[in-house]
Amino acid sequence: MVDFSTYKISTIQEFLNYVYDFYRSMAANRVSLVYQGEITHQITKAFTSLTESNMALEEESNSVQKKVFHVMVECLQNISKHADPLSNEVSTVGRGVFLVAKDKDEYLVTTGNVITKEKQAGLSEILERINGMDKEGLKDLYKQQIREGRLSDKGGAGLGFIDIVRKTGRNLEFNFLEIDEKHAFFILTSKISRE
Amino acid sequence: MEVIKLQGTDDTPSITLDKKAGVFEFTGRSLPEDVNAFYEPILDWLSEYAEGPNEQTIVTFKLVYFNTASSKLILDILLKFEEITEAGAEVLIKWFYPEDDEDMAEAGEEYSDIVEVPFEKISYTL
Repeated sequence: MVDFSTYKISTIQEFLNYVYDFYRSMAANRVSLVYQGEITHQITKAFTSLTESNMALEEESNSVQKKVFHVMVECLQNISKHADPLSNEVSTVGRGVFLVAKDKDEYLVTTGNVITKEKQAGLSEILERINGMDKEGLKDLYKQQIREGRLSDKGGAGLGFIDIVRKTGRNLEFNFLEIDEKHAFFILTSKISRE
Repeated sequence: MEVIKLQGTDDTPSITLDKKAGVFEFTGRSLPEDVNAFYEPILDWLSEYAEGPNEQTIVTFKLVYFNTASSKLILDILLKFEEITEAGAEVLIKWFYPEDDEDMAEAGEEYSDIVEVPFEKISYTL
């Protein structure tokens, strides 16, 4: 069980330490962007354009820039469309944590959000299935899904995970942490090689 | 028929649909906040056009980016043109892709596999 309430800040010194620790841990993990909260369309646009300009400054190749952009959009839209509230408050729909980190050889795009446990088995099965497929299999699955899949009310086409794996050529890394008997925290990492 | 002329933004494509001038164009980026709402008038226009299309329709797609939600709607648009072909009118889809963009080239390839419409893939330099 993950206890989200252990990190309490009660004094100014603790707060300052928290800020400094946060800074150091971000720097140590080469995290260039981190966000916790509701993912809106405006947020998606702001983050992708910020990351694009950072990558352009660092003279990242066009193909890497495009792949990172693709992955970010799909991951952010996954949170905004599929993250469940922890309680029954409607206001907590579409929230999660989003981070982008850059390593020597790759970019990492990680999302974390609450889901209801009923979704966990199905989600796990889809991801394992996609991870187990080769290029041709993914192409066929994509074609099948785009032809037969219906667009959900939220505008999801069921193509995001398939698209990420096809564009990056890398498997998705995923984990579920237990929150309580009804909810799990779903963490997904996509990696984009810097060739 | 009325003319649709949408100026592109950083998350929506430029779209021109002009029956009289024979211009049918989709260019730019597509990741609208609400894909269904954005493409609905386009699909409605195409449904009306399909009832009395020009003898020849040349459609230009010159997209640089679209998200997966848009990809489904792009297929719906292409299926409208398939209907027109099936009804006996001539349609040609010109799918432009930046020469270094394999993914956009492949996307065109895949659409041409799915829909029964003459398809031409053309690379260009940005």
